[in-house]
Parts: sequence; C-alpha cells; structure tokens
Amino acid sequence: MIEVENVHFSYPNGVEALKGVSLTIRNGEFVAIMGQNGAGKTTLVKHFNGLLKPSEGKVRVDGVETTKTSVAALARNAGFVFQNPDHQLFSETVEDEVAFALKNFGFEAEVIEQRITWALNLLSLTQYRKTSPFLLSGGERKRVALASVLAWNPNTLILDEPTIGQDYQQKEKLRQFVVQMQTQGKTVVIVTHDVEFVAESNPRVVLMKEGTIVADGEGREILTTPEVLAQSSIVLPQIAQIFMKLAPLGLPKNVIDVYDAKEIILKALEERRK
Amino acid sequence: MSVFDGLKFRRVYSPIHNLDPRMKFIYVCAVFVAAILFGEIIPLIALFLLPIPFVLLAGVQREWLRSLRGAAFLAGFIFGINVLTNFFTSGYVLTAVAVETSAAMTLRFVVLVESFSVFFLTTSPDHLGLALEQTRVPYEFAFAFTTAVRFVPVLAEEAQTIMDAQKARGLELEKGGFLKRIRNYVPVLIPLIVSAIRRSLELAEAMESRAWGATKKRTNLYALKLHRGDFVLLALTIGVLVVAIFVRVYVAVPTISQFL
Repeated sequence: MIEVENVHFSYPNGVEALKGVSLTIRNGEFVAIMGQNGAGKTTLVKHFNGLLKPSEGKVRVDGVETTKTSVAALARNAGFVFQNPDHQLFSETVEDEVAFALKNFGFEAEVIEQRITWALNLLSLTQYRKTSPFLLSGGERKRVALASVLAWNPNTLILDEPTIGQDYQQKEKLRQFVVQMQTQGKTVVIVTHDVEFVAESNPRVVLMKEGTIVADGEGREILTTPEVLAQSSIVLPQIAQIFMKLAPLGLPKNVIDVYDAKEIILKALEERRK
Repeated sequence: MSVFDGLKFRRVYSPIHNLDPRMKFIYVCAVFVAAILFGEIIPLIALFLLPIPFVLLAGVQREWLRSLRGAAFLAGFIFGINVLTNFFTSGYVLTAVAVETSAAMTLRFVVLVESFSVFFLTTSPDHLGLALEQTRVPYEFAFAFTTAVRFVPVLAEEAQTIMDAQKARGLELEKGGFLKRIRNYVPVLIPLIVSAIRRSLELAEAMESRAWGATKKRTNLYALKLHRGDFVLLALTIGVLVVAIFVRVYVAVPTISQFL
C-alpha cells in the first residue's frame, strides 16, 4: 500500500512540482496517472520508491515512511521502469543487464539464472539473451529495461510512459501483461499520456494538473467527462467521442472499451430490427 | 553536480553580462597569469578578492558560491597533498611556512576556478560563439565549442536521471571502499556516454538536413562592438598585469609567517 499525505515537492532550482498531493494506492490496484507535461506525474511516482523525498508531507510505502529508509530497500518492493531505456542499459549482454539488479539485491547465483530465464521468456526476449542491448531496436530495448526490473519480482510495478515508441501490437502485449500482473495480485502504476491505452485497459485514473490531483476515480467515468479532461488538456478516447455523438439515440455516454462498445451497438441494432 | 552549476549561464542583464566576452576572457587570462606569477599567499588573497565586486555587480553570488563549494573537495585534496609532501620532504617536521605555501597553492587553484566561474556565469553561449567567430576562429570550431558548452546542463540533468534509474535497480553509489565506489559509477557513465554519442549523431543529421555549412561565408544578426565598459575592463586588466609584474620584479613579497 502506498500512502501519500499532503505532499509538496520543490526541485533544487525552485520549481514547485507538487503542491499538496494526497493519494492512497491499495495493494493489487491498477492506477494510471495522467496529465499534461509538467503536471508532476513523474515527480509523484518518484516518491513511491524514495528517489525523491517530500519537501513537506509524508509518503508511506507498506507503512514505512520513505524518509526513514533507503532507495535500495524501497526498490526491492517497488520496481520502477524509466521512460527511456537508454538511461539504464549499460551491460554487454541482455542477460547481464537483467542480472544487474538481482546482483545488487544479493540474490544467489542459481536464483539469478532462473529469474533471468523467467523474465526473458515473459517478454519474449529469450533469443536475445547473449546479444548486446545496444544492438536491439527501440521497442526491444524498452522490453529489456522492463525485464530487468521484473526479474526481481517486485510487489509494485511503476511504469513511466510505457507505451511511447511502441507499435500497436506491442501495446496490446503490454496491456495483457499488466492484466497478468494484476491477476498475480501486483500493484501496477503507470504514468502515461496515452488515452487510448488507458481506455482499453480501464484502470483507476488519477488526473493531475500543475502539481495537484484534479480527478481520481474509475477510468470509465473520468475519461468520458469532457469538462474534467479539458482541465488537463486530454482529449476523449475515440470510443467515448463516438458515444458522445450517439447519446441522442439513447445510448449510454460512459463507454471507453471496444468490446463494451460492440456489445452496446449490437444490442441497439437488434432492438431496432424488432 | 554542483561544479556544473558554477558554469551554468542564467539569462539576466547586468553591467557585467553586457561586457564584451573577448574583454572578459582577456581579463580572466590576466588573472590566470597573475595567479601563476605568485606563490605567496598575500598577493593571492588580493587576487581572490578581486572578482568579488564583479560577482556582486552581476548578481550571481549564489551560483558563484555553489561553484566554490563544488571546488572545495579538490581544493582540500590539493592542500592535503601539499602539506603531506612538505612534511615528508622536510624531514617529518611541519613548519608554519610549509602550511602557508600549501595554503597559497590551494588558493591559486581557487582563484583560477572562481575567475573562470565568473566568466562562464556571466557570458551567454551565444555571445561566446560570436566572440570566437569575430576573432576569426573557423565557424566549425566555434560552433562545436558553443554546442559543447550548451549541452553541459543537459548532460548534468541526464546524469541525474541515469543515477535515479540505476538506484531504482538497487545500485548503491556510496557503498563499498574507494575502488568499489569508482566501479559503482560504471552503470552511470556508460549510458551517459552512449546517449551523448547518440545525441551528437542525431544533432549532426538534424543540422545537415537544415543545410548546415551550405555557404562558406556566414553573416550574423548581431555583431559584437566594444563599449565604454569594455575599455574600462581593458584598462583594469592592463593595470592588474602591470602591478603584478612590477611587484614580482621589484618587491620582495612578505609572507604571513614572517610576522608571527
């Protein structure tokens, strides 16, 4: 469980990135943090593994205050995958890259071996095990970064902009992967601009603007309320736009999922035929 | 990264910022030469105090102090090495003179850092580029130099992100003995270098696609001209040099330990 209590945060250059944020993320939840560039999304999630410590207020992870422990200790339970994989890849082979964190956390050699095999298999990277990560494509590098974090099997997974630079098929795989994590009872927090990705996976949505939270609730509700989204300069998902236009026909407005949309439209067509 | 902060330009306007970068550079070189001329502490203290009015006039005290703080570690190191060498070479005795000479050597380093810091804090990279071009440095070199200066803060920021990313994977930079700590930085340095190279290749492509180097002779929107303030600085520079050389040649510089 991650508890954020009235957190303020200013960077050394004086920019106040968080202005009183309170938020509780329970174990096993899937949360998408959305908002404009500079809204404070990444700053907020960097508090979840202690990379940043609040200037004011408190952040507790599983009951432990982040100011009272180290990043390494917090990272053991909260895996953070950065936006740009090039900010972390440095090893000669993909295998070494994945082993890096495992060694840091002091896993035993056999366990490291098993975990590497497991993580590479999960993200379909097994064939690149002995390849240099620098020779892989952008999307593959992103998956190596993800695998290197997944390998130690943290309870909470924080993904910063996971869909950037990924093609539709990869996004779909990522979505299935997140669902899979959830069925294992993991907490997943994603920071993203990608409305369509969020619409299809329908998580809890936390909407940020200028260092504050402006909306927090079900994706289905928040992503279909234009007034709320406008505050954060987010456009409605395409499905929601269609249903907004179809509302006069008596169809519901709060639809964001393709499968739900199909069901509703089929039902409406059927009724009309009668 | 505090050393880099001391070199980071912030766009403000002050009499010092408006000075011609060429004059400022000559002035910094003069201070440099003067600092090398003297190994005694009294003239070095004078040289240390010399840039302070400039700093105050330019209103960059905070950044300037930060760069000094950044240099503190190296200064301490220089002092330590000097004292130790003196101690061992003079038959295991530590005299007041030895301490004073060590302090003077350290102060010489600090003087160099502080005057260069003032120069970079008050000179915009654009001005610097212009100055280089107008002193007939080939444009390719001038451009490479200004680009390098401009990317220092970007790289510093990137280094911070990389450190965060590796810390999130359990890297503890402060752990272990001296050698282990140096090795701890490998996972930070490799991504930093790789991304710098990648960035430079991208920059080169972007520039070429915007016709960089298409004409041999380039014109500039702004041209640097010398104003009254620049001549005042030039006079001051010559003054500093003349006084320094005069004192060096004709005056026996006393040491503080003589008075003790």
